[in-house]
Amino acid sequence: MIEAIELTVNGDTRELGVPSHYTLLETLRYVLGYTGSKQGCDKGDCGACTVLLDGVPTLSCILPVQEAIGREITTIEGLAEADGLHPLQDFFDVTGGAQCGFCTSGIIMSAAALLSENDDPTRDEIRAALSGNLCRCTGYTKIFEAIELAARSLRESAAESVES
Amino acid sequence: MKLEDFRERQAAAALSEEEIRAAVEREFQVIGRRLRRTDGIAKSTGRAVYTDDITLPGMLHGKILRSPHAHARIMSIDVSRALQLEGVHAVITGSDMPELYGIIPWSRDEYALCVDVVRYIGDGVAAVAAIDEETANAALDLIEVEYEVLPHFLDPKEALTNADTPIHEPKKPGENGNISKRVQLEFGSVDAKMAASDVVVKDDYFFEGTTHTAIEPHCAIGYCDAGGKLTVWSATQVPHYLHRELARVLDLDVAKVRVVQPPIGGAFGGKSEPFDLEFCVAKLAMITGRPVKILYTREEVFYAHRGRHPMFMRYETGADANGRIKAVHARTILDGGAYSSFGLVTTYYSGQLITAPYAMESYRFDSIRVYTNKPCCGPKRGHGSVQPRFAIEVQLDKIAEQLEMDPIELRRRNIIGSGSRTVNEFRITSNGFAECLAEVEKASDWKNKHRRLPYGRGVGVAGSCYISGTNYPIYPNEMPQSAVQLQVDRSGRVAVFSGASEIGQGSDSMLAYIVSEELGVPLDYVRILSADTDLTPVDLGAYSSRVTFMNGNACIDAARKIKTQVQQAVADQWLCKPKHVMLVGGWAFYGLDTETKMPISEAFNLAEAKYGALGATGSYNTPKDIHGEYRGGTIGSSPAYSFTAHVAEVEVDPETGFVEVQKIWIAHDCGRALNPVLVEGQMEGSAYMGFAEAIMEAHVFKETGLHNAPSLLDYKIPTSLDTPEMRSLIVESIDPEGPYGAKEAGEGPLHPSIPAIANAIYDAVGVRMDRMPFAPPAVWKAIRARAERERSGGLTPWKRDDASLAAAGD
Repeated sequence: MIEAIELTVNGDTRELGVPSHYTLLETLRYVLGYTGSKQGCDKGDCGACTVLLDGVPTLSCILPVQEAIGREITTIEGLAEADGLHPLQDFFDVTGGAQCGFCTSGIIMSAAALLSENDDPTRDEIRAALSGNLCRCTGYTKIFEAIELAARSLRESAAESVES
Repeated sequence: MKLEDFRERQAAAALSEEEIRAAVEREFQVIGRRLRRTDGIAKSTGRAVYTDDITLPGMLHGKILRSPHAHARIMSIDVSRALQLEGVHAVITGSDMPELYGIIPWSRDEYALCVDVVRYIGDGVAAVAAIDEETANAALDLIEVEYEVLPHFLDPKEALTNADTPIHEPKKPGENGNISKRVQLEFGSVDAKMAASDVVVKDDYFFEGTTHTAIEPHCAIGYCDAGGKLTVWSATQVPHYLHRELARVLDLDVAKVRVVQPPIGGAFGGKSEPFDLEFCVAKLAMITGRPVKILYTREEVFYAHRGRHPMFMRYETGADANGRIKAVHARTILDGGAYSSFGLVTTYYSGQLITAPYAMESYRFDSIRVYTNKPCCGPKRGHGSVQPRFAIEVQLDKIAEQLEMDPIELRRRNIIGSGSRTVNEFRITSNGFAECLAEVEKASDWKNKHRRLPYGRGVGVAGSCYISGTNYPIYPNEMPQSAVQLQVDRSGRVAVFSGASEIGQGSDSMLAYIVSEELGVPLDYVRILSADTDLTPVDLGAYSSRVTFMNGNACIDAARKIKTQVQQAVADQWLCKPKHVMLVGGWAFYGLDTETKMPISEAFNLAEAKYGALGATGSYNTPKDIHGEYRGGTIGSSPAYSFTAHVAEVEVDPETGFVEVQKIWIAHDCGRALNPVLVEGQMEGSAYMGFAEAIMEAHVFKETGLHNAPSLLDYKIPTSLDTPEMRSLIVESIDPEGPYGAKEAGEGPLHPSIPAIANAIYDAVGVRMDRMPFAPPAVWKAIRARAERERSGGLTPWKRDDASLAAAGD
């Protein structure tokens, strides 16, 4: 059965017809073409599908799409300002935080949520924030480094904007 | 934009005068620098398009029906009801593709879908294509398969002794059909040398099976156009072999099959041979005339497997009083699972690849691979040699203890040097193992820690060696193992066409660094098109750590042909010698007077005017005369070997048996680090994966043959909370044949993690963990057993005085 719903994704609010059994991940990938969020396990174990729901990291592969109605959904495609990169996206590239890249979207979304609450996280706080996201390539070290560098860059730009 | 303006802008973005002068002094401009990847931003912004991200017009969804029995004969299959379901476009069974396939041409024993017998729970028997996933799943329920259930074996020792129920028909009458492969080789006189040894240790080791667990499940899309040309997009790390096998199994002209490998979400050896879904999407696409996609569920990925073989290993090692290894005798049973896969090679590797980094006077191994009714084992990162490396490195630790020698010192005394031959006649060229040992010894503060940390804490060391590709391809041929084609645009942009598979390790980036180094173009002027069999020259695939060595050399070969033309054309203009024309950072300049220069695009234009369209191909082939003249002497023979040493530091909780690996120091001789960021990434990822196998992974099955834990929740792999701190220490031995001296970094650094942790556990609590994984129940039991022996006076208390021992017993 197709259901008509209104969804706000990356700032755009629109009406969609979706099969009523769809998850948010299926809606993003199959209906809207936002394929940056990945399906690694389809049962909430790996975190590759992580998106932000009103700023909170959420496993979109086990969230019925109806639960996302009326919420602000942010995917990896909507994380950066229109004209550039989010510092996390830049520093993942600088440190080699992404190898195969399949877990990267989910990890960056979890990290973005962490940095929006805590702009100077300790290594242990970073480890805890990423504990729902599996990476199989990097051994996490370069991911931690990327997040620490991004945090510093965010702090510096915040300081600059206060000064100016 | 006018060309003149464009050149001006290009020049502005290029190196300054000062930088050019500095460049003259440097050996390399790009190589060795900490650079970004070519695909890093696409991945961090979610823009990289993986196979499952592709949707084609009119695309159907496929699903595969799988056997519920571990071993059974297929009596009949009725697909008529499934075909009648609204929305179903095709149903196929084994009889539609009755041609055996297998990655090794001598051991083909699989059908795309089972024809007569199913050999493990999960073996494919039929496939459907339907308008959507739900309809395809519903159609599977309507397929009726009648089975005659056969006895099944999960234990290789049991399968060995039950030849009357063969999992595969014997190759010759009277042979045991449950033996997949046996290799027996001896080098030197093992019995005599063992008898003459001052110390002999003999123990049994068990390495539990583990699986790759790439985060991207296998996915493939097939499409056959009206002209009969088949295209398959697949998450594969061997597009070339898939190309050949698709044509052979489907009886198509190879020239009318195209395989495209999109960005791939992890592989680790788990996508290095054809899988049933690739044949099924192709066949279903041919029947329906529409694109067909199949995406494995996570459960199917666990059943597809091809991961680490469980191995039972009996090792006996003899050494003299000075710690020099005199004899090694290994007997190994490999649990192969239901099919051959790479098993022939795995069986050889289980014996052939432990003969360095230590010289041994004599060596004998007997490895036997046995079929069982479980998902098929194959190559996982460190193919075939991770398991015996665990055994031999723990043996060396035991010998060191008996000789009361520091285990690093024992290893140092046995180092096989550079420019040497192993006991099984492999040629070692560069060898930085001594430096690797020195690096981890120093960085870990080994001398102040080994046997000196308090009870419960310890450090362990291990070393290893691994191949940088194999000298012989999987199917015998004289053609290059790897090739690259370059095409130069008038703008200064260079396109690289390469058959190599970027699987996250950075092979595309490696090509860009080489082109940038050789032709002097900025990195973002290099475009990489890789792994598309219609457009790119052949590379054999991303396996056996061959890509940087072989594809890198092929790329240098191509780039230098163009460089020579560009230098000549510019030299003609400047009336100088071509060797004095340098191509660096967007410029061509005169090496003896850097004021004389032109933008690189202008230099390319001069060359194009002189020689015609600028382009070149390059190739690499392995040396073929550097192996032993015995049967199997070519397997394990590599143009170069990498070396690694690890020190692991652990804390063991004697109350629970929980092992916390706190830090791993990884020193790896990669020849030369083309980009240290990527090399470190491989070292850390490898060490992580070894740690995971040591501590928690277990690919195990219930009595029925059902997988015990086919999910990412139940099959334990480390999270960010579990993973130890890691310190990468790059060692560069500059290999004489590697590209700029580079060797592999993707698999070697996995090996020592496991024995280093086992040896560290011993240092912490005095128990030998000879069976994997080192999970809390096993460690706790071992600690209890030791405590019993300590109480009865059979052993002296480990690192504790009597008072603390008495307290621990309360």
